[in-house]
Amino acid sequence: MITHTHRPLRVVLYEGQGAIPLPAEARAKVMAALLDKGYAVTRTVAGQPAMPHDDRSLLLLGSFPEQKAPEIEDATGQIKIATHDITGLDTDGIVALVEKSRGDKPMNEPGKWKPWFPVIDYSRCTNCMQCLSFCLFDVYGVSEDNKIQVQNNDNCKTNCPACSRVCPEVAIMFPKYQAGPINGDEISETDAGREKIKVDISSLLGGDIYSALKDRSAAAKSRFSKERSPDKALDERKKCLTKLVGDGFIPADVLASLPSPDEILRKAEIAKARAAAALAAQ
Amino acid sequence: MSETTSTLLYCRCAYAQVVPSGVKNEVLQRLCDAGVSFETVSDLCEMAAHRDPRLKSIAQCGKLKIAACYPRAVKGLFQQAGSPLPEDTEILNMRSQTATEIVESMLG
Repeated sequence: MITHTHRPLRVVLYEGQGAIPLPAEARAKVMAALLDKGYAVTRTVAGQPAMPHDDRSLLLLGSFPEQKAPEIEDATGQIKIATHDITGLDTDGIVALVEKSRGDKPMNEPGKWKPWFPVIDYSRCTNCMQCLSFCLFDVYGVSEDNKIQVQNNDNCKTNCPACSRVCPEVAIMFPKYQAGPINGDEISETDAGREKIKVDISSLLGGDIYSALKDRSAAAKSRFSKERSPDKALDERKKCLTKLVGDGFIPADVLASLPSPDEILRKAEIAKARAAAALAAQ
Repeated sequence: MSETTSTLLYCRCAYAQVVPSGVKNEVLQRLCDAGVSFETVSDLCEMAAHRDPRLKSIAQCGKLKIAACYPRAVKGLFQQAGSPLPEDTEILNMRSQTATEIVESMLG
């Protein structure tokens, strides 16, 4: 499920033919202010066309002779282009003009929402499905060709990178995270080794599932059978999550927002079945 | 635009303060000082989160230079949004490189 679907309005600072260039400092201030409000901004100069436009509306700003913005029509008739002269306006005035021009068209805004979701590095991912089994919030799913994928961004708990920590291949990134390699920084051999150690800790989390996925040998299956107990698995999962919170691996509010015990067990069973089916199909 | 000219894209990372503001402000200022056309977006993560079709336009615009964050993350964002970047895309990292290094690469 993806809920934050509002595309940012694209604003063009036009400094091409027929327009008067803006002072460089004013240009940077205006662009920064609009970007910080969530807009996409194009600066275009003579002889260097901008990228094609693919939305239904476009706002073009410029400083024009006689302070009169030209009327512009899209040749295809598909894009509504509004133009405004910004001569004499300061940054706040230009931002206010853009906001007024946008009207009540919804747009995501920085500060009100954080785009926090896992990004899979498919050059490292081995499709082991550990993340699918680990996440209790249904962020992950399996594609039609049995590949792990992020399907429900919005279910992800903001600031929780736990699935990244348990990925044995260090293939899960959270670009808004502060530290590497979770933020996408290059992975050193030390990082890779450390991350693999963490998997052993995480395997406590519903160890039955991970044991089955990681080692399907007869011996493992035997041990798995003996230890298989819904109550025990749930207890271990809780203990492990509490430890992860205590170690600062996941935010405390993630623990507080966990599903009910019955729901956790139900989700674990479903995830186990989906992961096993995808692995079997490989 | 000639075939050899790169499209320049700057990501503001406005939805989280993980890119040093000094670096991203200086990169923006120096791009503005240069007499070039360039594209800017508020946040590539925000766009990838809702699979913004504009990512596809960006990925298909030809030779591309991007000032954003870690290349592995940027490539992953585009791929996850269904618009993988061309192999020859140059990604500059405002979290680890200096503004001078980035601007020289962008405008070089």
